[in-house]
Amino acid sequence: MNELLSDTREQIVQGLRQIVPATMQVSGTTHIMRDLNLDSLAVMDFMLTLEDRFDIVISLDKVAEVETLDDLVNVVDQLRARKLKS
Amino acid sequence: MSILNKFAPLRQTYDQLRAVGQNPFEMVFEKMFSPTEGLHKGRRTILLGTNNYLGLTFDQACIDESVNVLRQQGTGTTGSRIANGSYSGHRQLETDLAQFFNRKHCMVFSTGYQANLGMLSTLAGKGDYLLLDSDSHASIYDGARLGHAEVVRFRHNDPDDLAKRLKRLASEPGDKLVVVEGVYSMLGDAAPLKEIAAVKREMGAWLMVDEAHSLGVLGDTGRGLTEAAGVEADVDFVVGTFSKSLGSVGGFCVSDIDGFDVLRVGCRPYMFTASLPPSVMTSTITALRRLQELPELRTKLHANAHRLYNGLKDLGFKVGPQPNPIVSVALEDPILAVTFWNRLLEGGVYLNLALPPATPTNAPLLRSSVSAAHSFEQIDRVVQLFETVGRQLGVLAALPPLRRAKPAAAVVFPANAELDRAVAVGAR
Ligand SMILES: Cc1ncc(COP(=O)(O)O)c(C=O)c1O
Repeated sequence: MNELLSDTREQIVQGLRQIVPATMQVSGTTHIMRDLNLDSLAVMDFMLTLEDRFDIVISLDKVAEVETLDDLVNVVDQLRARKLKS
Repeated sequence: MSILNKFAPLRQTYDQLRAVGQNPFEMVFEKMFSPTEGLHKGRRTILLGTNNYLGLTFDQACIDESVNVLRQQGTGTTGSRIANGSYSGHRQLETDLAQFFNRKHCMVFSTGYQANLGMLSTLAGKGDYLLLDSDSHASIYDGARLGHAEVVRFRHNDPDDLAKRLKRLASEPGDKLVVVEGVYSMLGDAAPLKEIAAVKREMGAWLMVDEAHSLGVLGDTGRGLTEAAGVEADVDFVVGTFSKSLGSVGGFCVSDIDGFDVLRVGCRPYMFTASLPPSVMTSTITALRRLQELPELRTKLHANAHRLYNGLKDLGFKVGPQPNPIVSVALEDPILAVTFWNRLLEGGVYLNLALPPATPTNAPLLRSSVSAAHSFEQIDRVVQLFETVGRQLGVLAALPPLRRAKPAAAVVFPANAELDRAVAVGAR
């Protein structure tokens, strides 16, 4: 993985920390909707903020692939890598 | 184990709603007296959630002409237009709509839902991009899902946010189609269409406007927000429905684009469903004529809308951002909203209850849609009843503020909005 991308996970977790209670554990296998108790509106809004943070476009079918934090990190990493290439 | 087990959380929510009183989603009216009054459980009830903006469902000309055609041409077409052929009414309705909108082409669909399903899934193909306002109607999200384009959301009514997303896509080769609504169905707020059209022009995208709630409502001649904002030249496709201001059922798309007619053999939600019955086309043709003959209906509609909006706002209710014929009151929690809704019904007023996540924010809504056919007396009764119930339930600010007791058990509302499916597909 490109070094420029090494902060993806950190930045996503940081973003999540702003919308979930501080006591909630967040790990790679955390199920974003179920474990963090986020409804679909909150998740979709969070995706918009990630798009802005990383200057990428996350289409709805990509969002549909995401269950866990690891899934989300993978999707964002791929999109960031693609952007760097172009 | 049942195949329906996955609906257990939804079932639980419905049972909780029902426990409060009437089930808001299973209302039955024994009789309809007029566009604004029906009989519910033996009681005359004001209808305030019908989207019947011009009150044309009982227009005498619409009824008479429709009945004539019903007798002459029968009850239905029993098939699609490509298989069974078109009736003269289909063609006339398309000609009349194209003329009304000053457009070259029109295609009529069997519902407005199908018009969106058809146009979105067909216009944007593989490698193309659909840019949807995040508060879009279910039919827009579903049309996007039916097609093969990449679907991108932008923040509600935010032209800068749209521009930002289009810029990110600037180097991608596919076509970009931006989709917005004239008036949004939940809060009644109109799109900033002038600004959106400017973004579209600058970025070289296509633009579609769903005028479902603005046809016959906005614009000097009732053509909708596109006309009111003066951007008809920038709007490539207008879609809409007959089920609101035109008082019947069906949907349409008008456009000036060359080669439009190829969609008749390429658009599956147009091709593979039965076409509208002749009597429905006739009542719609007549309603479109009445809409143009009676501009005073629009004047009365807006007077009613302002009366309700200002009446509720002055009392201290949280209404939407603009006075339009959709007037929504936001409440704090679902149980309060259901209780409020039941008290209104008991008082003789029926409107829509909208619960998150089907609402734009986390607040449940009591959604009204005003008609030109409402009298000022009816509107005033509604406002009065809102005040009475608002004070009973402690929603209206009193001095000192009443603290409302929270319901003992939190009600969990499961995912049921269109957004959820996009998120939940992988979650099953
Ligand atoms: C914005 C919008 N588009 C489309 C539709 C669908 O219209 P129809 O009732 O004709 O299927 C509706 C109505 O529910 C709507 O609110």
